Amino acid sequence: MTTEPILKGRGLVKRYGRVTALDRCDFELYPGEILAVIGDNGAGKSTLIKAISGAVVPEEGEIYLDGQQVLFQSPIEARAAGIETVYQTLAMSPALSIADNMFMGRELRKPGVMGKVFKKLDRPAMEKFARQKLSELGLMTIQNIRQPVETLSGGQRQGVAVARAAAFGSKVIILDEPTAALGVKESRRVLELIQDVKARGIPIILISHNMPHVFEVADRIHIHRLGRRLTVIKPGDYAMSDAVAFMTGAKEPEKEAA
Amino acid sequence: MSPQDSSSDSYESSLSGASSDVASFEDHHKGFVGRFHDLLHGTPALVPLIVLVAAVLIFGLVLGSNFFSPFALTLILQQVQIVGVLAAAQSLIILTAGIDLSVGALAVLTSVVMGQFTFRYGIPPFLAVLCGLAIGTGVGAANGWLVSKVKLPPFIVTLGMWQIVLAANYLYSKNETIRAQEIEQQAPFLQLMGTTLKLGGATFTLGVIMMVVLVFALAYALRSTAWGRHVYAVGDDAEAAQLAGVNRHRTLMSVYMLVGFICGLAGWVMIGRFGSVSPSATTGVIGNIQSITAVVIGGISLFGGRGSILGAFFGALIVGVFELGLRMAGANPQWTYLLIGVLIIAAVTVDQWIRKVSA
Ligand SMILES: Nc1ncnc2c1ncn2[C@@H]1O[C@H](COP(=O)(O)OP(=O)(O)OP(=O)(O)O)[C@@H](O)[C@H]1O
Ligand SMILES: [Mg+2]
Repeated sequence: MTTEPILKGRGLVKRYGRVTALDRCDFELYPGEILAVIGDNGAGKSTLIKAISGAVVPEEGEIYLDGQQVLFQSPIEARAAGIETVYQTLAMSPALSIADNMFMGRELRKPGVMGKVFKKLDRPAMEKFARQKLSELGLMTIQNIRQPVETLSGGQRQGVAVARAAAFGSKVIILDEPTAALGVKESRRVLELIQDVKARGIPIILISHNMPHVFEVADRIHIHRLGRRLTVIKPGDYAMSDAVAFMTGAKEPEKEAA
Repeated sequence: MSPQDSSSDSYESSLSGASSDVASFEDHHKGFVGRFHDLLHGTPALVPLIVLVAAVLIFGLVLGSNFFSPFALTLILQQVQIVGVLAAAQSLIILTAGIDLSVGALAVLTSVVMGQFTFRYGIPPFLAVLCGLAIGTGVGAANGWLVSKVKLPPFIVTLGMWQIVLAANYLYSKNETIRAQEIEQQAPFLQLMGTTLKLGGATFTLGVIMMVVLVFALAYALRSTAWGRHVYAVGDDAEAAQLAGVNRHRTLMSVYMLVGFICGLAGWVMIGRFGSVSPSATTGVIGNIQSITAVVIGGISLFGGRGSILGAFFGALIVGVFELGLRMAGANPQWTYLLIGVLIIAAVTVDQWIRKVSA
């Protein structure tokens, strides 16, 4: 590929005590593509995207965004740079409403004195936006946007988290198993949403254990094993069984591909 | 080969005929209990409010106009003003899933600072009050830093700070009381919060008004500002809040510093209420437990992130109603403690029930 990666990681290392979750891991994401990341449980996929999104600070290695080295100390900084993430744990506050959760950390204030002096939240505007984004996603018809997130089903919660990322991501969107709790129909909607986001020109990192989904939407597949990138394949070049074999170590790839 | 042909269509093809209204949030029909449960879930201050109104009515029926008079009812407000202000502070900490054992001692220390700065150093009373508030804020900041940055449990941090502040208070004041008369003559500003306003039989003090304004201002901030939402989010699940873009450290620091400041206000209210400045005021020893009691009766969850500060205010009033009512009825004061004990356990039971998502 001749274009420069929009996001690039080099030699990333992260240890949790004696566990090395990331072991000199390299990584690239190119403009406009959908990059799937697959790997066994505990391979370090979530840790990799946490390092990229500022949720953990890698002990070694560099991350480049648009060719510029970045060192995010917190998710807030990564978000400010346009990287939006759906974490595997969803990062929701159960007792707060759907709208409050969607706008957590970037709340809208009322115009004029109420907003400036009294810092009053513009709830109607936030609720309208949240309702609109959720209907766009088509995942759900919302009756009560003020409903606490803890009263939603696991899949509905996941839908809200995906809608939040899709609504605010401007540069890169990272999805850590966004369909794990979703039904067949809802998963389909998320896959369509991923295609929509791609059509908007925003590249996506998709972590998933669902091989048919991965092979359907991904432009490239990053296979993660034992804390590092084993290889990158194109879905057209290999069968799902090959990918699974690489992932589990049953088979070795011939070369550092792609 | 093209792998997607092999599998994905096979089971998803039937989707085309599926109904298009998916995963609706519509409230399905719930029984009366279910709807009541939802109401409590959304309005957690409702339970203490009901208990408060019921307690006032029952004591009013039993004791008649003695109790059910503007004088007696506003007397309750005066008697709870210190605990009420401390409970407002305690609510903020408990909403972040913490606890503050140092609030009462800090109130006493700041009142001592206000008095001693005026009388020992000749600082104008207005400035001395500001110094007291500043020292309160500073101690709060120390608590906050130890909790947020050093990541010590709030219980341990404030257990230590309680002892430190209480001892510093005795050492600094040399255990001397500044008498009410002296303050009245030389620095009446220190007693400002004790200024009374009469309205018919009702008597309000500035301290009472300050308490009410403070509670409603905090209720507004917690409900309708981003800061308030962040306080709830950090208390509910700090990890999730941080991933969602909340600055956990800044939120915690702001809460602990604000709480220190409010303890300073409580110290000022104490001077107004007692007239004198005494380092051995009982608030230093039991203020923490009194405020936690009000918060728990008020339905704020000790696990953080749930409850309303209005509830804590009602909790403080409930305790005040029981104390005055039982005293007027001539009951042994131990009955008050016994009933408050029952209320605490009942409140936590109700809290557990409310926290259950499906009734
Ligand atoms: N907060 C943590 N503390 C300690 N160890 C951790 C922590 N997070 C991850 N690990 C360890 O790091 C390794 C990689 O975990 P990670 O969550 O990145 O895996 P994953 O590839 O996302 O797995 P899964 O498919 O199950 O989500 C695991 O061995 C895990 O035990
Ligand atoms: Mg994971």
